[in-house]
Amino acid sequence: MAVAQEHAPQTFISKYVFSTDHKVIGLQYILTALFMGIVGSALAVLIRAQITWPEKALVTPENYISLVTMHGTIMVFFVVSLALVSGFGNFLIPLMLGARDMAYPFLNMLSYWTVVPACLLVLASFLVEGGAAAAGWTAYPPLSALPEAVPGSGLGQTLWLLAMALFIASFTMGGLNYIATILNCRARGMTLMRMPLTVWTYFMSAILGVLSFPPLTAAAIMLLLDRHGGTSFFLPEGLVFGNETLPHQGGTPLLFQHLFWFLGHPEVYVLVLPGIGITFDLLATFARRPIFGYRTSVWSLVVVGFLSMIVWGHHMYVTGMNPYVGEYFSIATVLITAPFAVLGLNLVASLWRSRIRMEVPMYWALGTIAVIGLGGFGGLFLATSISDIYFHESFFVVGHFHLMIGVVTVLSALGGTYYWFPKMFGRKMSVGLAKLHFWTTYLPVVAVFALMHFQGLSGLLRRYYDHTIYEFQEAGIGLALPITILVFVVTGSQLVFIYNFFVSMRRGEVASANPWNGTTLEWTAPSPAPHGNWPGALPVVDRHPYDYDPAAPAEADFKPQGTVA
Amino acid sequence: MTEVHAVAPDEMEAPIFLISWQKLMMWGFIITDALLFAGYLASYMFTRLASDVGWPAQSEIFDMNFIALMTFTLITSSATMACAVKAASEGDRKLTRRYLLLTILIGTAFLGMQAIEWSHFIGDGARLTGNPWGASGFSAYFFMMTGFHGTHVLIGVVILLITFLRTTPERLIADKVEVAGLYWHFVDLVWVFIFGCFYLL
Repeated sequence: MAVAQEHAPQTFISKYVFSTDHKVIGLQYILTALFMGIVGSALAVLIRAQITWPEKALVTPENYISLVTMHGTIMVFFVVSLALVSGFGNFLIPLMLGARDMAYPFLNMLSYWTVVPACLLVLASFLVEGGAAAAGWTAYPPLSALPEAVPGSGLGQTLWLLAMALFIASFTMGGLNYIATILNCRARGMTLMRMPLTVWTYFMSAILGVLSFPPLTAAAIMLLLDRHGGTSFFLPEGLVFGNETLPHQGGTPLLFQHLFWFLGHPEVYVLVLPGIGITFDLLATFARRPIFGYRTSVWSLVVVGFLSMIVWGHHMYVTGMNPYVGEYFSIATVLITAPFAVLGLNLVASLWRSRIRMEVPMYWALGTIAVIGLGGFGGLFLATSISDIYFHESFFVVGHFHLMIGVVTVLSALGGTYYWFPKMFGRKMSVGLAKLHFWTTYLPVVAVFALMHFQGLSGLLRRYYDHTIYEFQEAGIGLALPITILVFVVTGSQLVFIYNFFVSMRRGEVASANPWNGTTLEWTAPSPAPHGNWPGALPVVDRHPYDYDPAAPAEADFKPQGTVA
Repeated sequence: MTEVHAVAPDEMEAPIFLISWQKLMMWGFIITDALLFAGYLASYMFTRLASDVGWPAQSEIFDMNFIALMTFTLITSSATMACAVKAASEGDRKLTRRYLLLTILIGTAFLGMQAIEWSHFIGDGARLTGNPWGASGFSAYFFMMTGFHGTHVLIGVVILLITFLRTTPERLIADKVEVAGLYWHFVDLVWVFIFGCFYLL
């Protein structure tokens, strides 16, 4: 069937700019996320510099909270979500399912071009009067609801809200498209229980996103009305600004926190699950054996997804909630440990009786597993209300959530980049530079966030502009400098990656269609995959996705999931 | 069903739900939109329970007979919509068009009644920022929720109008009528919840 090729776009604009090809859109997302990631990292470096050398007053206190806010917003929504969920999701889902494209290619393009103005609004907010939003990435009222509260609460916060509205619209379109594609566009023989775990995680991720974003949309509309319509949805009586009592009455900031975290917690799983899925796929290929417990992994994912929707209150233990409510949220949160431990153990058990090939993507996959364990361990203390009340305002929380939604996601995305780079550009990335990148990223980044746990234990509080003026925080300050130096190392290390990425795109070693001897369907397509993915007929699937045999001779130890007629 | 897809369906595994792609997407949209309204209703209940000033007695402020009539009107439109879907599935173009037009008219009538309701409420002194009867959230939630719902009805009327115009005497688009019907029933169902939570409770 040559229909797909006949429809291939010809002009530069239709091929690379307003493309409806899922692979081009996926790369557009990834490159946009790379750019936003550079901005987000620069903010992180500034934050660390201010914490480490407060006496130099590198930024003003007002700008400092803007930096923290925008670092969080950019990294969560415009880097991790764009790269891992939208970028790799778009690139991989049709290829792994054996489809020519997403179910709705035009909607896909629309979803990308909706997120571009969102990125521009976020960047523009640094330039407006008062600076960027400063109410935290959670945008808690009253800081976010009163335009006059702090400089960043003005136009900066309005732009933040508009950017989020566009992001949510884009994500909803993308999520519905993922669901429709996975339900409707699978190659013949690709039953749900034969889908690679990566696709399963994208499926769960899309469902969670589509279910949890709408209440945040409601909250955003109410917040806009509070800011510009004079309502009091989130503003209580008796707020005093300057010497005036504000006319607001009857609202409660807690309501916003509930609506925000109803999204916020599932959002963590929206980001982390694809990371785990990619790790599963990388493991299978380089451990050369089938994934241990495919079915239990799938059902664990479903249970994790369900539980993640009913535990949002564990972000709010310190709001003075009823102890019985706190008890419920503690128990429900600790319950997530069960399916998550199944996933973790399946990852580790997939190495059992395997024949590991230590190629570059495998470094990242093994590294990711270790971080899932480390981050999950810290989570136990934060899930329980009793210990969380002590830790909540401290660096312990910063260390924990960075390990989970920062390090797990970015490590798996980087591993995924090394793994699927041949499918994207038909070339491999430089192995030497990749190993340099791994060691200078992995060790320092894990150390940074592990040390932050200890800072938190010693009582160092987060969100502070200058810790040195409080006697009770002295114990944790000593670690600030080592952490900052490691942050500089990690940041510098990413330059190696960016160099490797763009140079290998042109000059890397030419890769075959299946350079890693992988089994999943994307390796039956040419590298790079053409428009329509398979030049001839689509593959027909006749087995489970990970048919490796560690006992067979090295070059014949795998059977592709499908065959192309 | 004659639809053109990027992927030729005959090459693919059978879908999980044997319904058209448009219908699947409409269900997806309805679920997200339902959660949006759920967010509003939950916020409303939260605010009302947490309010330290008394919540106004709705039956003294609104003309409940009029609200009941509005509800009756909208539910009637759901019935005519169901008739249109049935006529479309039986291939009766003329009847489909007639029921669609009737649904559009009743939907528009509902919007008109909502406008009357708003003007009464505003005339009595209710504003987005507060009202003469007590908790300011009362009027704020009223305007936000009924306004949001009214916008949905308006969009529904436009969708039905487009469906009506596309169901020309020459061709019948039974599946599109059904998808439009799904949206319309959803909007009506949302009203039942708003009616229950805001006016009755």
